[in-house]
Amino acid sequence: MEALAKIVVKAAEVAADPAAAKNNAAAASAGYAYGLAAIGPGIGIGYIVGKAVEAMARQPEAAGMVRTTMFLGIAFTEALALIGFVVFILLKFA
Amino acid sequence: MNDPSSLFTSQLSGDAPEVAVTRHMLVRGLIAAPVLVLIASFIWGADGATSSAFGCALVMLNFALAAALISSTARISLGLMMGAVLFGYLIRLGIIFAAVVLVRNMSWISLPALGCTIIVTHLGLLFWELRHVSATLAYPGLKPSSGGEANTSS
Repeated sequence: MEALAKIVVKAAEVAADPAAAKNNAAAASAGYAYGLAAIGPGIGIGYIVGKAVEAMARQPEAAGMVRTTMFLGIAFTEALALIGFVVFILLKFA
Repeated sequence: MNDPSSLFTSQLSGDAPEVAVTRHMLVRGLIAAPVLVLIASFIWGADGATSSAFGCALVMLNFALAAALISSTARISLGLMMGAVLFGYLIRLGIIFAAVVLVRNMSWISLPALGCTIIVTHLGLLFWELRHVSATLAYPGLKPSSGGEANTSS
């Protein structure tokens, strides 16, 4: 019943000022978008580093090549989070 | 190396390849930054130019921090390096977020220019470096030639 009352109140707010409601929704979803965009690269970087550490422990003589590839892999994966961040700043502040 | 604990206690000494990679990227970033600033100034004006310069500096600082974290922790242990990379990712994202939030209301900032520069610089420098690294990994000891001359000696 309480949830239903909240929905009715929200609907009344949207009907009163649609532009403000749209801005509020954009700001809230921008935060969610940034958070969600950071999860995938976080998992990806963990996977890359985990596998690289395993490879370096197995074959220390190839550590230089593995580290170079790992660093580039981390930076490429991080680009996804940066794209999410740029979408966030454009939605939230621009 | 079959003992799982060795995976976390072993350390890497010697040259740090990520520092060399980052040094290349910073040099190339300094070459590319004026071009990006010029393009941004054509599209977004003076605000775009300053925002673009700020974005380039932010991306290069991000690369330098990542390389410094990996190279310094790899000398201690691989386990520490793994943790530092993961927490470093969060910290670096936090630094970029804080830097952008702090300057977002300044008169000289243009957010679309800043956002575009961050993405273009980050990906551009990476692809530029990837071209060099993939060539040196595929043909170790050979420097990729810019003229595209074929080696015809038999």
